[in-house]
Amino acid sequence: MTSWLDKLTGRKPASANQAKERLKLVLIHDRTDLSEQALNSMKNELLAVISRYIDIDPQAVRINVAQDGREQRLVADIPIRPNTPRRR
Amino acid sequence: MAATVVTISSGKGGVGKTTTTANLAVALANGGLKVVCIDGDIGLRNLDVVLGLENRIVYDLVDVVEGRCRLRQAMIRDKRLPELYLIPAAQTRDKSAVTPSDMVRLVDELRGEFDFILIDSPAGIERGFRNAIAPADVVVVVTNPEVSAVRDADRIIGLVEAEEKGPARLVINRMNPGMVKRGDMMDAEDVLELLAIELIGVVPEDENVVVSTNRGQPVALDPKSRAGKAFTNIARRLRGEQVPFLDLDEKSDLFSKLSRMLRPGGD
Ligand SMILES: Nc1ncnc2c1ncn2[C@@H]1O[C@H](COP(=O)(O)OP(=O)(O)OP(=O)(O)O)[C@@H](O)[C@H]1O
Ligand SMILES: [Mg+2]
Repeated sequence: MTSWLDKLTGRKPASANQAKERLKLVLIHDRTDLSEQALNSMKNELLAVISRYIDIDPQAVRINVAQDGREQRLVADIPIRPNTPRRR
Repeated sequence: MAATVVTISSGKGGVGKTTTTANLAVALANGGLKVVCIDGDIGLRNLDVVLGLENRIVYDLVDVVEGRCRLRQAMIRDKRLPELYLIPAAQTRDKSAVTPSDMVRLVDELRGEFDFILIDSPAGIERGFRNAIAPADVVVVVTNPEVSAVRDADRIIGLVEAEEKGPARLVINRMNPGMVKRGDMMDAEDVLELLAIELIGVVPEDENVVVSTNRGQPVALDPKSRAGKAFTNIARRLRGEQVPFLDLDEKSDLFSKLSRMLRPGGD
């Protein structure tokens, strides 16, 4: 995160924040043994399955691994398209 | 008496496990407790020099395990304190000379006689680490506020949990308040948010650590040093006391505030 002061002065963001943000991602992958590629292909398969039942906007879908204490959770936010008559 | 067995480990090497073990041992013994520390770093022993007891070694941990001496014969008493003992590691052997069940047996023999048994773990996640945590009641993970040390600490915390020795407790060592202030070092809160375990101490980067190690007199024996104070506070927390965390920011330290008031223009 860049502070307003850094933005004004054009300074690089403080390295402590970079360390923390990078570590967040590294730890998620270390703890779950789930690579970025594996996560992406899982997302795609999930979306394919869900789309067979409901109409969704793939662009609006958010599927992420989030840290909750020392546990990781797969958090999915999948908005359903409004007013779409369900196909049978 | 039923000892609490505390293993000090880290994952990454050189973050301050041996320094922490020596200082916690000294601080606990200084508080009137009966303490023995065991150097679990077979082949790379160091706890003896940090404690200043290197000239008194006759037998070591492997001699005990292989039956060349009795446990008592391998225990070196630190004469500076009433009840502090060291069981040194073997220097010319490797970690495979000892098994986790050897460690459990040896520590069980000591439990009845001591208040605290501290075990200095080697770096890494191999046999030496397994040996060190096998008899532990509590595992203390030492890290530095720096990416690779935190990442490796996370691995160790996970392994400690998997071995049902968790939850581990965290010591953040070598905190540099000036760098934190500039935004160039993660602070304790950042590290805790990432690792999500209980903090039991933050130790500042302190030249006194190097000086006291040069002399073989752990910094916890020096009540004026900041690192010594931090280690003493960790020892008290291990005993179950509630001790507020030191304010590591020297500028807001009461003592330096006072000394600046007394020496206007100084600093
Ligand atoms: N708070 C501190 N301030 C300054 N120097 C420190 C501090 N803590 C440790 N050190 C120094 O860092 C070095 C490594 O410390 P130490 O030997 O305790 O680490 P270790 O984790 O036991 O290493 P290893 O993994 O090799 O066993 C030593 O030279 C020590 O004096
Ligand atoms: Mg060491």
